[in-house]
Amino acid sequence: MATPRALTAVFSSPRALSPVVLLVLLAAWEGAVRALHVPAIVLPAPSAVVQALWLEIRSGTLWPHFLVTCEEILAGFGIGAIVGIGLGVLIGQSRFLEQVFYPYLVAAQTIPKVAIAPILVIWLGYGLSSKIVITATIAFFPALSNTIVGLQATPREQMEMLRACTATQWQIFCMARFPQALPYIFAGLDVAAVLSVIGAIVGEFVGARAGLGYLILQMNFSFDMAGVFSILLVLCLIGICLHLAVGLVRRRVLFWTAGQADPLPGL
Amino acid sequence: MHDSMTGPCAAGHPLVHIAGLGKTYAGADGLPVQALDGIDLSIGRGQFTCVVGPSGCGKSTLLRILAGVMPAGSGTIEIAGRRLDGPSRDVGVVFQSPVLLPWRNILSNVMVPAEVQKLPADDARARARDLLDMVGLSDFAHRYPGELSGGMQQRVGLCRALVHNPSLLLMDEPFGALDAMTRETMNLELLRIWHEKDATVLLITHSIPEAVFLADQVVVMAARPGRIVANYPIDLPRPRRLDMFSTPAFGAHVRRIRSHFNSRGEID
Repeated sequence: MATPRALTAVFSSPRALSPVVLLVLLAAWEGAVRALHVPAIVLPAPSAVVQALWLEIRSGTLWPHFLVTCEEILAGFGIGAIVGIGLGVLIGQSRFLEQVFYPYLVAAQTIPKVAIAPILVIWLGYGLSSKIVITATIAFFPALSNTIVGLQATPREQMEMLRACTATQWQIFCMARFPQALPYIFAGLDVAAVLSVIGAIVGEFVGARAGLGYLILQMNFSFDMAGVFSILLVLCLIGICLHLAVGLVRRRVLFWTAGQADPLPGL
Repeated sequence: MHDSMTGPCAAGHPLVHIAGLGKTYAGADGLPVQALDGIDLSIGRGQFTCVVGPSGCGKSTLLRILAGVMPAGSGTIEIAGRRLDGPSRDVGVVFQSPVLLPWRNILSNVMVPAEVQKLPADDARARARDLLDMVGLSDFAHRYPGELSGGMQQRVGLCRALVHNPSLLLMDEPFGALDAMTRETMNLELLRIWHEKDATVLLITHSIPEAVFLADQVVVMAARPGRIVANYPIDLPRPRRLDMFSTPAFGAHVRRIRSHFNSRGEID
């Protein structure tokens, strides 16, 4: 048994307490489902979810759908990020361009992506491309807006220092404005990565022949709740992995911000 | 040598010649503010000039115009016989804060002007290393700005301002944020570098004793409109030493300059 001192250590450290909370919640869920005899069609117990996941992995049904969805997420995220950063760099060059174009980009952003997903499926078909485009439109905006904000964040002193030693606008961009924008861009990419998972699933819900979203719908139709929950778990893990991957690259690239807070922690 | 130089007219052709410089800009209330009016100033080659004055007297504006980052309103400025119309390759600037780029190491920060001006990289790197050596930071060449103290960072800023061998060095209260002890050391170091590099320096400061200690000429400015009210040659012998602060001649210079300022630190 844990000594009182070890218990105190767990309760005073958020990193140690956090998994304990998860275990307690899962145990409560499992206990409640068993004690109250909740039908599996309403709410499966965690043990049933894990078992369903294990069966899907062993039978090989999960893998092809997993690959399709991962491809949609990564391609959509990549395209959305590149286009978002690229367009952000163009618009972020001046307040003037920002004021001309940004309102329309915000207006376009207010259109719910779920609402345009059926149109994209009609235009691009039931295959990968429609999901990739839907994912890209969702990932695009946080990359774009954070790039624009980040490019305006360069301190006046840095710009003046570079101008005083005869730097051109392009040199100022490369030497100060872009590196200065990177913390903002990474914050945007972090949001975009997590949103990409939503994009791919939304696309698959609207019309697909494969993918984890497609699998969820199939399982829903056959009342396989444990299966649905097991796919949710997989989606959750994909999202966490993407978040961690962005964080890893971020720490590599932004070595000088070690110990500093994220510039846009709320996003 | 510097030792023989005693006043604004010591050099035959001044390196910097400012005539009738004025600058007006729109204030916060939309009304025009006259930041500078009728500034005439000559700085001889190799001369050390200090500008003192109360806050808002336009001394920073003067420096930013000379650095080419702010356009002049009226009047003419010539540096080395050429009319100034923007940032010049022949000028180095040290700012109030070190303004180092945190993602570049110290050596690479010093190299910034050389990179911007596309100077031969090997020569520039050798010069950057020499400069860092001169300010005692050669061991820190591959560290990052965040790892250095404020005084060390400002020394890096000084190296950066000198790496492209400018003939004019502009300094805007460079040591204002440092503690008094570090500041004295930095002033001695600055004089040593000035002597070694044979540079021409224009330094802005709040401190009258600091100005007297460093300068060949001390320019006194007043506010509203920003103008020059006096220009004192400082004939104290070189090299200057910290114990000169207590000599009667030093005190006389400080008193003469201070007589322009009232008890509120402003000029009547």
